[in-house]
Amino acid sequence: MLGLEGVGHSYDGASEVVSGFSLGVGAGEIVCLLGPSGCGKSTVLRLAAGLESLQRGRIKLRGETVAEGESGLSEPPERRNVGLVFQDFALFPHLTVARNVGFGLAGLAEDQRSQRALEALNQVGMAAYAGSYPHALSGGQQQRVALARALAPRPSVMLLDEPFSGLDARLREQIRDDTLRVLKRSGAATLLVTHDPEEAMFMADRIYLMQAGKLIQSGPPAEVYARPNSEFAAKFFSNINELEGVVQDGAVATPLGSIPAAGWPSGSRVKVLFRPECLDCAPLNGGVSQTVLPATVTEVRFIGVARLLRVSTHAEGGRALDLQVRMSGAYAPEVGAKVGLVLDPARAFVFGSAQHSKPQNASPQTLAELHPNA
Amino acid sequence: MQTPKLRRAFGRPSGWTIAAWIAAAAVATPVVTVFSHVFLPKGDIWAHLVETVLGAYVTNSMLMMMLVGIGVLIVGVPAAWMVTLCVFPGRKFFEWALLLPMAMPAYVVAYTYVGLLDYAGPVQTGLRDLLGMPDGLHWIPEVRNLPGAALMLVLVLYPYVYLLARAAFLEQSACVLEVSRTLGCSPTKGFFRVALPLARPALAAGAALAVMESLNDFGTVQYFGVDTMATGIYRVWRGMGDPDAASQLAALLLIFVFIVFGFERWSRGRKSFAHTSSRYRPLPRYHLTGWLKFGAIVGCALPLLLGFIAPAAVLLSWALNHPEYWWRASFLFLVRNSFIMAGIAALLGVALAVFLAYALRLHATPATSLAVRIAGMGYAIPGTVLAIGVLLPFAAFDHAIDRWAKATLGMSPGLILSGTLVAVTFAYLVRFLTSSLNAVEASLGKITRSMDHAARSLGRGPGSTLWNVHLPIMRGSLLTAGILIFVDVLKELPATLVLRPFNFDTLATVTYNLASDERLAEAAGPALAIVVVGVLPVILLSRAIGRSRPGTGGAVEGIVP
Repeated sequence: MLGLEGVGHSYDGASEVVSGFSLGVGAGEIVCLLGPSGCGKSTVLRLAAGLESLQRGRIKLRGETVAEGESGLSEPPERRNVGLVFQDFALFPHLTVARNVGFGLAGLAEDQRSQRALEALNQVGMAAYAGSYPHALSGGQQQRVALARALAPRPSVMLLDEPFSGLDARLREQIRDDTLRVLKRSGAATLLVTHDPEEAMFMADRIYLMQAGKLIQSGPPAEVYARPNSEFAAKFFSNINELEGVVQDGAVATPLGSIPAAGWPSGSRVKVLFRPECLDCAPLNGGVSQTVLPATVTEVRFIGVARLLRVSTHAEGGRALDLQVRMSGAYAPEVGAKVGLVLDPARAFVFGSAQHSKPQNASPQTLAELHPNA
Repeated sequence: MQTPKLRRAFGRPSGWTIAAWIAAAAVATPVVTVFSHVFLPKGDIWAHLVETVLGAYVTNSMLMMMLVGIGVLIVGVPAAWMVTLCVFPGRKFFEWALLLPMAMPAYVVAYTYVGLLDYAGPVQTGLRDLLGMPDGLHWIPEVRNLPGAALMLVLVLYPYVYLLARAAFLEQSACVLEVSRTLGCSPTKGFFRVALPLARPALAAGAALAVMESLNDFGTVQYFGVDTMATGIYRVWRGMGDPDAASQLAALLLIFVFIVFGFERWSRGRKSFAHTSSRYRPLPRYHLTGWLKFGAIVGCALPLLLGFIAPAAVLLSWALNHPEYWWRASFLFLVRNSFIMAGIAALLGVALAVFLAYALRLHATPATSLAVRIAGMGYAIPGTVLAIGVLLPFAAFDHAIDRWAKATLGMSPGLILSGTLVAVTFAYLVRFLTSSLNAVEASLGKITRSMDHAARSLGRGPGSTLWNVHLPIMRGSLLTAGILIFVDVLKELPATLVLRPFNFDTLATVTYNLASDERLAEAAGPALAIVVVGVLPVILLSRAIGRSRPGTGGAVEGIVP
């Protein structure tokens, strides 16, 4: 439905904020464009909407080219028939909710128009507010109206720019849930821009992770989370523990055991990264083995669904390690408790350290790929 | 190969950009006309001028600039400081009332004071009766001279300084004044060491605006018989019938104006350095007691009394004592004329301002931006210069059409542009577009871009978006912009005097003509009508002031160019 091919854009003529970017969204699919602020993700959305004229590459909507850098073709936004939802919702303050939603239905007769507007409002559960003015609505209600307004003309492509970041946290989850359902039911190809990885994983069928104007990785949320292709991708989704080591015969020896690192020549300095929930933490009852690393709890944070622990390993002829653990379950160690740490080697990632970039044709990989049975 | 930036700036100009350039070219026409005459061979009259009166014109204009510049600062700055940073009885009242003199055209104030201080006027008569001296009283100062004219101008122009100074004091207060107080600065010390230096760019800009207005003034100096460049242009043109020499004089005046204009722009550019914080915090106000309190009341009451209350009272008493002069159909006819002209100019001016501001919003390229800035510079052009700059090209156009029509059609179409309402309306647009453009731009700037984007993505083109989204949201500001032009047109004298159609009188021209003939009481009716309407923008301004807080400099948007 929506396709971007080799899109590049620059605001000042010198540095590109987006370069060589390609993306595709199919009908009924929700794709999240994820990245830190200033990475160019909003620019991609603006280009798709026609709010910026395209400088390089090609944009296709419903199979037709609507913008092309080469030929200078750039259909204005009013002829692209895409639905747009903004961070500040941008409801027209001088129009009622019903007239806001009916704004994009200029081609219809008055009664059809209000009927369709009401239909769209019903979809988001806001029909009762049809006669209100936007300033009388709460943030969540405004967001629903903005969504209804964008959906009313039945666009085949929906573009959402940080649509939930204007809402407070509790409300956000609820609205996110509702929005997801409404979008799925509409069947539109949806491109959603966000800087929040949790939101992206919740909403998206596929995630496109961006950094500095370039695509870093794309794929279903579970895949991008479990198999990041770079240090940046790994660190973007959660806090991360980091160990350094030297590859020796296809494995890195770490205090948490030997981590396989196939494809890395011996002697390479590498980083071993793993998420806080990949560390298993159990009471230390004597049995220190090769794979159980003894540590002391230095900090405990309770966040409801889980406990966040900071632990410090005992320095034995080396540096003490400070690690983060995220654990759920009944076991609740307190500060000062002695615990044993176990790392699941299948869930650790190996990347080249700053001094030694990875070997040319050995892509950074996870152990899961190397040992499907592990 | 063009870089994308260049392409964005200059390639593929849109219809909006082209139209913005046409508007800019139109506004620039009078200035270009006047300057193009500098290169014409100079005739006898110019040589005669240089030998005789030119020196006096220039000296008088410069003296006037100096006196007005100093005067408005002396009156405006302390008043602004007292109402923003002190507490004394009547502060709230003075805060808005100090703007009232803006409603008074300088020439109206001038002739009320002449009437007031005349041998037969109430002041001298009253003093004679009081002191029992039948004649004498030669110590009453004569106002019909250069310092007198400067004083009249100061009385109605100080609000420029007052407004900008007030805004500047409000903006700086939150961050630095508190600090200066904790460091042990007394009110006076705080004023001279902190508030004044920080506000300097704003004060300079306000004074520059007042000085520009003093160069523009024609009615006061002409009435007082002071020869300045503005009256000189009128005399050389109308009296000696030499438009070329008049244009050369006009070019000279424009150079003065541009120097002041450049100074004003430069001052405002520096203003941004003074803002360090936009957070709101209540003002630390000094409670005045004893003599200081008394001094503050007098310092605020005096400009208000002399600049508005006294002249308004005089006008009112004249008008009430002689209702026969205005309680008649011809007066209504006059009001109608004025209102129609001002109304047309206001409508066109607002439409043009909306168009230009929106063009700039759509295509914020350097080219469009430059065009809009040029179109917004008209307020600097003095009325007499504008009159010449409009009439010469319009007359040339009419003559060309006339010649062509006589040659090909064998008939004469008469005057099409010059000497019609077209010429005078065009002059109004050039001169008063600035204030409405500022008001519209400020209002448009408050509408977030995502409004535009939402409307566009919902299938509306730029025009439909403007009509259905921006215009309804901006309604209030458009009304303000219209009122500003309306009132400015009502007060405008020199360009109207020269460019109006034959026998077409307005409130301003009739006031001026009657006053020139010393028929002061007869002039009271139309003058009062101008003042009454002129109070409208003051009300708007005072409402804006009531809403404004530190950190929001919005109160003066649009009203001060």
